[in-house]
Formats: sequence, structure tokens, C-alpha cells
Amino acid sequence: MKTIQTLLGTAALGLAIGLTPIATMAETPANMLVIANRIDDITTLDPAQSFEFAGADVIRNIYGKLVNFDPSDLDAGYQPDLAESWTVSEDGRTITFTMREGVTFQSGNPVRAEDAAFSLKRAVLLNKTPSFIITQFGFTPENADDTIKVDGNTLSITTDKRYATSFVLNCLTATIGAIVDKELVMANEVDGDMGNKWLTTNSAGSGPYSLASWKPKESVTLSANPSYYGGEAAMKRVIVRHVQESATQRLMLERGDIDVARDLTPSDVDGLAGVDGVEVLREMRGRLMYVSFNQKHPELSKPQVRQALKYLIDYDGMENSFLKNWYVGHQNFLPKTYLGAVDENPFSFDVEKAKALLAEAGVENLELTVGVREAQERLEIAQSLQNTFAQAGITLNLEVGTGKQILGKYRARELDIYLGAWGPDYPDPHTNAGTFAYNPDNSDEANATGLLAWRNGWDTGGLTEKVAAAVVEGDTEKRAEMYHEIQAQFRDTAPFAVMFQLIEQAGMADNVEGLSLGGAITSAAYWDVTK
Amino acid sequence: MANFATETERRPWLPLPPWARGTLVTLSSIAVTMLGLLFVTFLIGRVMPIDPVLAIVGERATEEQYNAAYRELGLDRSLAVQFFYYVTDVLRGDFGTSLLTARDVSTDIARVFPATFELATIGIFFGCILGVPLGVIAAVRRGSWIDQIARVIALVGYSMPIFWLGLMGLLLFYGILGWVGGPGRQGIFYEDMIPSVTGMILLDSLIAGDWGAFRDAFSHIVLPAALLGYYSLAYISRMTRSFMLEQLSAEYVTTARVKGMSEWAVVWTHAFRNIRVQLITVIALSYANLLEGSVLTEIIFSWPGIGSYITTALLSADMNAVLGGTVVVGLVFICLNIFSDLLYKVFDPRSK
Repeated sequence: MKTIQTLLGTAALGLAIGLTPIATMAETPANMLVIANRIDDITTLDPAQSFEFAGADVIRNIYGKLVNFDPSDLDAGYQPDLAESWTVSEDGRTITFTMREGVTFQSGNPVRAEDAAFSLKRAVLLNKTPSFIITQFGFTPENADDTIKVDGNTLSITTDKRYATSFVLNCLTATIGAIVDKELVMANEVDGDMGNKWLTTNSAGSGPYSLASWKPKESVTLSANPSYYGGEAAMKRVIVRHVQESATQRLMLERGDIDVARDLTPSDVDGLAGVDGVEVLREMRGRLMYVSFNQKHPELSKPQVRQALKYLIDYDGMENSFLKNWYVGHQNFLPKTYLGAVDENPFSFDVEKAKALLAEAGVENLELTVGVREAQERLEIAQSLQNTFAQAGITLNLEVGTGKQILGKYRARELDIYLGAWGPDYPDPHTNAGTFAYNPDNSDEANATGLLAWRNGWDTGGLTEKVAAAVVEGDTEKRAEMYHEIQAQFRDTAPFAVMFQLIEQAGMADNVEGLSLGGAITSAAYWDVTK
Repeated sequence: MANFATETERRPWLPLPPWARGTLVTLSSIAVTMLGLLFVTFLIGRVMPIDPVLAIVGERATEEQYNAAYRELGLDRSLAVQFFYYVTDVLRGDFGTSLLTARDVSTDIARVFPATFELATIGIFFGCILGVPLGVIAAVRRGSWIDQIARVIALVGYSMPIFWLGLMGLLLFYGILGWVGGPGRQGIFYEDMIPSVTGMILLDSLIAGDWGAFRDAFSHIVLPAALLGYYSLAYISRMTRSFMLEQLSAEYVTTARVKGMSEWAVVWTHAFRNIRVQLITVIALSYANLLEGSVLTEIIFSWPGIGSYITTALLSADMNAVLGGTVVVGLVFICLNIFSDLLYKVFDPRSK
């Protein structure tokens, strides 16, 4: 009754105002791709600094890299982009890239080895948050001139020791590997910032698109680059519009005002079934949902307790209810599709087993607090944990806060339990191995806040050394095997219960072809899209 | 609400003519209010359990990167020093840089404020032209069916979550009927097509002489503005009704009726004239509320206004943006206050 009243009230109001029908666009123009997405996380579009999802999507379409992923064949791994080919020295430390000839930046300047060297050095010198992706190979502001060298049309980089070549090249496909136009960027330098401020809101790339405008929390507009070496993209304009609400995104998609809706809740995705002209694009992404147990807590540090808690999670129940089609069960730190990823999920909900383990550890009446940020699915997971933990006599209190509040405590090692998500930083297994299972110094003074193992106070029991060995193994097969072993030990002993991997479900007009969201390894690409 | 233009001093304490003294008092109370506002928001920003440094550098940052950003923000200085620098910057019109948008806060506000201003102005316009007559009629026909309808309309306005009503409105008028444009301030086709002069798209499209863009912008604003208007209508009509009832039961009204004046003249020239002053305050108050409190409407309709700007800034510890936004909202309140005081003087002979 209330609903009818309201609808009548609203309708009457509309009529009273004399609302006349105003024709709206029925569909988006044929050469324009319009995407609704939450883009309020973008804080900069400088590739040396950007470290957010929405920003990475934009940068992937603006900038060329030495090596890059082909959106139509992500499984093929990195492919030549601005570097046409490369050779590796005998000691495995130096990779020499030969640049593709005849490629120009959007400014008209040629893309030279000099620009590539400048871009990498710039990332090292600026030392912004994502710089570790490059500097982990031993590049420092002091040695950059000696280790990153230009010789005519070739660029050579020399790492501090031998690493798997695939590791180095995979890292160069990350956002920070974008090659910027040296002349243009340095022409806009202010106070020795190497164009950092200017690049925040401008673009200087050679990719298929250039930045037309970025209005924070409103929209990003890209224009096709007519001189792109791979040919001009079919979509002359790409507009990514910030739309916060899933229901609103769905409505806009159904009305034909947008082509792609990227933040639909599972219920809105279900609602799209049977709507004409709309389909759902599903891609496995790299984001993992996990809970971790602080090893500074006397009870949580007991091996049986860690094990018991892993048996107290209702993996299947969650996956088949509120996480259905949204997250898929996955209990390993390497996301599916990564080198070395495995499918073994040994843990299932088993209260009796958990109780036995707790009894063995001599733990009773345990009361714990889980830190969780206020996002719908995380709260639901936390409530499920609260319920299932209670079945074994464990009281779980929820500490809910904004992402920033909870994260602050997690980094300070102050939480008993953390419920969170982790996305890989670059498409190499070391990205997750290096944070979940690597912790060279577990002391408080080390303050290694970037490492998840450290945040949980976990001395990895030998995994640190194994991770360090895997990352320098040149033989890819052997390297994958090493990650299998590391993950087996990790599942058994780690204070982490990895639970789920994200599936992105985007609603899409059915005339859109060739859109890639980037899978687990990279970001969205628009240049192959046709309508 | 503080009344800045009212003079409380009886004895002249400055050898100035009364109007100059009045202005001086007004200005100094504005200054004190603004300073207090700055101080309180500044303190809240500093004691909030959110780390602004983390907001910039992200969770993967090393200690060294974290410390560099910490120093860059000036957080290593004492609170008093930080506040002093902040106030002196603000006096120069510099609100600092927003962490989230990487632009000057003043630039951001110049972008988001016109959007809210446009929305709230049309909203309050709807609210007034419908709410005032509705309230008057409801009072005149007290207890009749029209009074009942007015009551229901106001009740729904009070009790329905704006969030839900907004989504339902979108579903009906945009989704099903297709009468209005969808979320956002303009259709995607017109994105970046109209040069920004005032920042208000309706005005800008008129200036550009682009009739299509104007229609498009209008089709986008009409629904959120109607929604906001509805909420202020609910308040305005109830207040109008109760003011009118009070007047209609007064003796002078009875006298006028006895004298044989027409009902129309009694209501509109006698009774209504006497509630104008009270109504001004009510309308100014609703308008101020629309200008700062339309966050949910802005979120549902993807309307990039100051309400959602301050809210997201607050949630992300973007303190420069929060402080800048608060100062602007504070100024708006003060301006509206002064404006309604001026109108008081115009309409109420006693205050002369």
C-alpha cells in the first residue's frame, strides 16, 4: 500500500509540474563506447604513481609499454609492443630491447629507446608507491644511469642479480612500465618533479587512445589516436562515467544510454537475464578474499588453532548463497591463470574436526575481534564467520570501519583477525608469493608494512627462502613447480585462509564485441572493441 | 539561527553612523563564525581515526614513502602551527590541493558548487511554487479532502527515504516511461560539448545557444530537482499551513470577513501578507539544507555536486577538500542568513 501511495505521489508530482516527455537518446553513437564504472578511486593518471584499478584501466589504453598483453589473447602472455624484440645476456642479468621503428607518440614525437629509458628511470627517481615493481630488480637513483642504458635504437637493463626473465618482463607490463614522451613531459616539469604534477591530469603516450579529459568522480574521456601504430581504434571516443549505484548502472544499460555496466551486484546481474539486447561478460579477476590470524596473539599462533579456524569457514555455503557468481572458492595465494597456480582446496566446513583441533591445543572460550571494512559482501562474510566460529565456542566480534580505518590497524599489527581482499600488483607469481609467504625480518622494528606476512606477525617457517629461490629460477617449468610446493606448505601452515577469487560480471550491450576487462593479469582494453 | 544583522548594542560604542556600525558588527560576527567553523572542522579532521597519509600513498607504500608524504603534508608540525598556516592560506584563497582529485580545492569547488547550486535552486523553486499555495489552500479548506491530500503528500515527503524515492523515480520516469534523461548532468552525447562559463549547464547551454543541449540538461535536472523540491515542499507546505491557520483565526480576519471582504482578498491580501516574513525564514532554511544536504540525491543521480564531494572527501581523509567544502557551505549559510534578514527589513515595517 505504501508503495502504491508513493508511486502515486511521485506520479502526481510529476504531472503537477507539467513534466512533458523529453526525448532521450535511445542508444549510444556507433563509434563511441560508454562505460559506467566507479572511478572515484583515481587520484592521478601519472603511470609512475597510479596504483588504482580505474586509473590502471585508463593508463593501459593511453600508453604503450616495452612488452604488453594482447587483449584478444591474454593467455599468450606478454608480447612485443614498443620493443620489437629482446635478447638476454649469458649471465641472465641484462635484457636488451630493440625498439619498434616508426612509432610516434600522440604529440608526434618519435618513440625512442631514450624515451623508454627515461620512463623507467623516472619511475625509480620519483619513488612513488608502485615504484617497487621496478626497483625490486636493484635499480636505484644512484645506479640508474649505469643499469638502464641506451645505445641507438636499443635499450638495455641490467638487474642486480639473475631473475627469471619472465619475472622481469611481466613486471614491465604493469602500469608503471608505461613509456612516456620524454620531450613533452620534461617541457612540463615544475620544480624538478619530472612532469609528475602535469601528468596527473594529462597524457603523453603512444597508445591507442589519448586523454581528452578527466573530471574527478565524474568522467574520463578518451579520444582515439589516429596515428596509433596498430591502426586507429574503431571506437573514436570512450567515455567512462562515474555511476555509484548498481541499480542506476543497470537502468542506464537497459535504457541503452551506456554500453557497459561494470559494478553490478549479483542481484542486478540476475535481473538482466532475459532483458533484450543485453548480455553478461564474466571474467576471472586476480582479487582474492582472505582472512588472516595475527601471530602476535598467543592463542592464534598455535598451529592447531590456525588449522581449526580454517575448518570453521563455510566456504561452500557462502559461495552458493550471497557470493554466487561473484566469487569462486579458491584457497591458494596465486590466483587462477597465474603461473604456478593450483586448484587444490582442501578445507571445508567441519565443526567436529575444528573442535578436536581446538581441544588438542587446549583452547577454550576464545574471544576474538575481526577487522572488516564496511562493504556489503565483506560484512556478510564476517557475519558468516561469526556464526560458524560460534559453533565451536569461539566468540567473534566485528570491528567495522572504513577501509582506511581498518587498514591502519592492520598495518600496525593490532588486529586479531583481518578480513580483506588482495589483488596482485603485476602479472607474475612473485607478486603474491612475495607478500603472503615472504617475511625476512619479523621484528616490529622492521616495519615491513607492505608485506602481509609481516602484518600478521608470521615468521614463514622457511617459505621466505623458497620464495626468494623461486623468483630467480630461470626454468619456467621448474619455477612453476616451486610455487606448487610453496603453496602446499602455505595452505598447511600459514595464518591465512584464502577463501575466494573474484569473478567480474559486467553487463554489456550485446552489440559490443572484443571488450577485454583484463582477466586476472592486467586491466581493461578498449581498442579491439567494435559495435 | 544566529541573527547577524540585528544590533544588540544599545549604547553607541564607536563614533560611527548606525548603518556603518551595523555592517561592522555583521562583518565581525561573520569573521568570528568562520574562524570557529574552520577551527572545529580542522580539529575534527585531525582527530579522525583515518590516516590521510595512507590515503595518498596507498597500502603498498614503504615506510620511507609514507614518511615523505607525511612531511609533505606538514603533519610533522604541531597542531597550532598547522592551523596557523591553514588559516593564513585560506585568507589568501588557497585551500590547498585535494588528495583525491590532485587539483586545487578551490578549482574543485568551482566545479562542483555550480552543479549543486543549479540543482538546489530549481528544487527550491519547485518547492515554493507548489508548497506555498498548497499550504495556504490546506489551511483555508481545513479538514477538507484537499487538506487530507496535502497532509498525505507532506507525510510521504517526511517519511520516505529519499534514496528509495529517487530510485523509484528513476525507474518510473527514466526506466519505464523514458520521459526524462538518466543519471548525470547531461547526456553522454553532450559530454564536453558545451564550453563551461558559469559551470551551470542550463545557463551555459543557453549562452552557447545550443537548444539541444539545453533540453538535454533540463531533462536530466528535472527529476532530481523535483525530488529535492518535493522534500522542501513537504516542509514548506506544512509550515505555510500552520502559519496561515494562526492568521485565519486572528481577529482582524474575522473583522475583514464581517466587513464583507471577499474570501480571496481576506486570504491573500490580509492573512498571507502577514506570514511572508515567517515564510522567508522557512524557505531560506530549506534552501540552505538543499545546498548542503542533498548528498543522497547527488549519489543516486550521479550528480557531481558539493554534497557528494564533501562526503567522499570525508570518507577518504581528504582534509583539504573537507575544510574547503565546509567553509564554502558555511559561507552559503551566512549569505542566506543575511539575505533573509534583508528581506525581513523589506517586508516587515516593524524592523525598520
